[in-house]
Amino acid sequence: MANRFVAISAWALASGIAALVLGTALALAVQAKGVALHPADWAALRFTLMQAALSTLLSCLLAMPVARALARTRFAGRRALIVLMGAPFLLPVIVAVLGLVSLYGRNGVLNQTLAALGLPTVTIYGLHGVVLAHVFFNLPLATRMLLNGWQSIPAERFRLAQTLGLPSTFRHIELPMLAAVLPGVALAIFLVCLTSFVVALTLGGGPAATTLELAIYQALRFDFDPGHAALLAGVQFAVCAVAVTVAARFTLPEGLGLGLDRAQAGQKAHWVDAPVLALAAVFLILPLVAVVADGAPAVLQLPAMVWQAALRSALMAMAAAVLSVTAALVLVQAKVVGAAWVEAAAMLPLATSGLVLGTGLFLLTRSFVQPETIALPVTVLVNALMALPFLFRLLLPQARDLHRNYDRLAQTLGLSGAARLRWLTLPRLVRPLGMGAGLAAALSMGDLGVVALFAGHDQATLPLVVQRLSGAYRMDQAAAAALVLVASSFALFALCDIGGRRAAP
Amino acid sequence: MLHLDHLRLTQDGFHVSANWHLPAGARLAMLGPSGAGKSTLLMGLAGFIAPSAGRILWQGRDLAALTPAQRPVSILFQDQNLFPHLSVAQNLGLAIDPRLRLSASDLARVEAVLHRLGLHGMGARKPASLSGGQLGRAALGRVLLQARPVLLLDEPFAALGPALKADLLGLVTELAAENGTTVVLVTHDPADARRFAEGVCLVHDGVADAPVATDAIFADPPPALRDYLG
Amino acid sequence: MKTIHLALAFLSLAPMAMAETPVLRVLTYDSFAAEWGPGPAIAKGFEAECACTVAYVTAGDGAAVLSRLQMEGAGSSADIVLGLDTALTETARATGLFAPLAAQAPNDLPVPYTDANFAPFDWGWFAFVYDNTKLTAPPKSFKELAASNLKIVIEDPRSSTPGLGLVMWVKAAYGDQSAQIWKDLADNIVTVTPSWDAAYGLFLKGEADMVLSYTTSPAYHLIAEKDASKSAAAFDEGQYMQIEVAGKLASSKQQALADQFLAYLASDAAQAVIPTTNWMYPAKTPAAGLPAGFETLIQPAKSLLLTPVEAEAGRKAAVEEWQTVLSQ
Repeated sequence: MANRFVAISAWALASGIAALVLGTALALAVQAKGVALHPADWAALRFTLMQAALSTLLSCLLAMPVARALARTRFAGRRALIVLMGAPFLLPVIVAVLGLVSLYGRNGVLNQTLAALGLPTVTIYGLHGVVLAHVFFNLPLATRMLLNGWQSIPAERFRLAQTLGLPSTFRHIELPMLAAVLPGVALAIFLVCLTSFVVALTLGGGPAATTLELAIYQALRFDFDPGHAALLAGVQFAVCAVAVTVAARFTLPEGLGLGLDRAQAGQKAHWVDAPVLALAAVFLILPLVAVVADGAPAVLQLPAMVWQAALRSALMAMAAAVLSVTAALVLVQAKVVGAAWVEAAAMLPLATSGLVLGTGLFLLTRSFVQPETIALPVTVLVNALMALPFLFRLLLPQARDLHRNYDRLAQTLGLSGAARLRWLTLPRLVRPLGMGAGLAAALSMGDLGVVALFAGHDQATLPLVVQRLSGAYRMDQAAAAALVLVASSFALFALCDIGGRRAAP
Repeated sequence: MLHLDHLRLTQDGFHVSANWHLPAGARLAMLGPSGAGKSTLLMGLAGFIAPSAGRILWQGRDLAALTPAQRPVSILFQDQNLFPHLSVAQNLGLAIDPRLRLSASDLARVEAVLHRLGLHGMGARKPASLSGGQLGRAALGRVLLQARPVLLLDEPFAALGPALKADLLGLVTELAAENGTTVVLVTHDPADARRFAEGVCLVHDGVADAPVATDAIFADPPPALRDYLG
Repeated sequence: MKTIHLALAFLSLAPMAMAETPVLRVLTYDSFAAEWGPGPAIAKGFEAECACTVAYVTAGDGAAVLSRLQMEGAGSSADIVLGLDTALTETARATGLFAPLAAQAPNDLPVPYTDANFAPFDWGWFAFVYDNTKLTAPPKSFKELAASNLKIVIEDPRSSTPGLGLVMWVKAAYGDQSAQIWKDLADNIVTVTPSWDAAYGLFLKGEADMVLSYTTSPAYHLIAEKDASKSAAAFDEGQYMQIEVAGKLASSKQQALADQFLAYLASDAAQAVIPTTNWMYPAKTPAAGLPAGFETLIQPAKSLLLTPVEAEAGRKAAVEEWQTVLSQ
């Protein structure tokens, strides 16, 4: 009974997701005037692939020593460091870019220091700047996923290697784990970088740094050619599909990394760990410091509407979190009882472009309702959708454990439906659920996405307010509002994450 | 009477078949090497695997349509018999009502069972704070409250020392006698079978033989048992 | 279930409420309707004389306004579309959604401008803005800029109206030689941003010596922040203009009210609001003159502007040329 209910809900959800993602693209495609890619589109495709591949490669390479160091060292504040190092992933893109510019820009701290020392200065603008920013965003993600991999190696295996006198624990124990986990890490990062747009253009230094997502934006905004946008979205889709297929040939990782307090008992710390962690912390945390320094002066002068928008955004973020967590829970339950197709549906939103999704929804709904009357619900829906792939991955390993260990006991007790949810599923999954809700809330809080397309004048969310302030010369206030945004995102994340941990049995 | 009527079970491409019956109230040991199909058979009885052929009948009634919770069967697994996030009393309460809406008399029943099993005052504790022996007893409390006529034991208490294991099996024997419970014990340890069971069912090469009286089978072991005993 | 009933009740009540006081819906860009923009004061002033309510519906910028209108098509609920510039008006006209203007209000634009469908409400000159405490001898032309070591940050013409304005500026000034100008400028460009605010933000952070903005930008710093350190550079080639216009939709059921709004927009009261809210020149100089501080702004000797038809015809090729040259 319970299984059938889960299966039906999962089917309905998966169909809903597929309909949303594919239907919106189709709504644009029907307006197609032709199906030819321009030469500029091919250039955009090449650049998109190159920057995504480089960013992925570098994020993964750098994440390995960091995750390894975190796995085998214990020190006061280790958990705080892990949480703080996760912050870049939650930052709104433009805020993070300005934070990076404060450090590495022409007038940034780095170049001022270099100049003071009489050394040649460096520039952040160009492909390397794009890659730097993407590494900044994705290193935390990669580190967390890899840390999880390291922590999943039983300590006994390291001891066994020692007793056997194996010359390299890396080759015999860690390498197989990496081989299993890395493809999935790389896939996640590749997909995130694939749809990059603001980072690529702002730091790319010129139109050579044009991504497919920008081409989509152009097609919709200046050329008003929805068909061409749909075609480009289709290309983006195809690239995602290829990436997913390639990565699927290897074992996929099982989560973003919970159980952070288990230090790897089987491995001793190495002298290199301390400098590695220090470098990573400086790299990831300094831009946050810059964001705080830029924003703090004007926080108290912010107009009241900023706080109203903050409240509105927080409420929407929580709604999106609840929606996304619920959907992820249903899909994960269906997946652990063997419905493989569920995973494809859950990962589908990663492949879509937010702009195509939003425009498609606009075109589909315009004949029935005023866009601004559904602006907030649509934004919540789209944000929930966009967070779903991450939540699904986060919940999957724990849900699998739960199923493997306790499904039969629950069956003999007749524990099903609401009782099973209350007495078994929620208590066992509350930690990843809390973290997932936090992640969804933070991502949704910082998303500018579709609300800009639908919102009426009085429904501004905080990211929209940041944009409006900076669009009206009020850069100081914009920086302050951005700080409020970052602080709220992080607070929401921490609240859910800690709440989940506290509630855990 | 538990009747396995030309039963055939399939799990991961592996088959096990049985065609025999067991009188109500009997204590049976299924003995055999690991991988012989003992656990598969037990999971079939409990309702986790549907027969690929044949039937399972209890008191003449086919169990095929019944879910594990609806069957006249309770089961003790090798481990994971209690939810670690619930207290011992809550774990036991689930056996009475899966929604855990317990009346005063339900709570009194839980308390009485805890008392009977020597776990008095431990109801509020989480399983993690119990010793191995206490965990075994709490798990027994759960099946006791389920009060089903057939009890399946899948190599239970295997992680405990011999003395504790003997102790708990003795307790099972006692409780089964009190309630007239039919018990099927899966084990790979001949000593368990001798100590506990009235009859032994030898499982080998995908076949579960018809039960033979314990004394008789050990007095004159058939070839399969001789191979197994070595 | 209950919420659905409530929602239905609400939906059916909403039109009734509207029937009592007419609502004029104005589709415009965000910063026009923002609380610090001209929107609120203009709405208040108009509501005082129209017995109606003004409701702003917003999109990110002028281009977003147009694409939203194209998405809504004839089903658009807007009465007025406000905030397109002359680079977009021809595309807007081609949608066939705009009604002819009821009247042509007089304007003080530096170039003659009349359009059957679109009424100008403000305008400005594009210019490179710099910090006069750091840069004492600003370049006087694109050629000087290209020859210098000065770093500039510009907007992308594919995603921003000022970015498109710059491409038009170079085209209007140099015609067939525009590609060479872009080639020479390439090493001056620090980066190209998706939007005006990102470019201006980078400039204020000190990332570039100059940023593409408006001649009126220094007025904001001077008047709102009492900061005289920003100036705009006058170029010998002339400054390209941006003229922002409003029009009414043929599908509007409130044609008279829409005409009345456009008339109000051209009035002294509305025009006086523009300079210190939108930081642009009003289309018609108010009787009281421009606010103090505006007299410090540069007055270009020559105004450049492609006609809407020229802009529309040349836009695609110009942007492609820009992209090709700068991609090398």
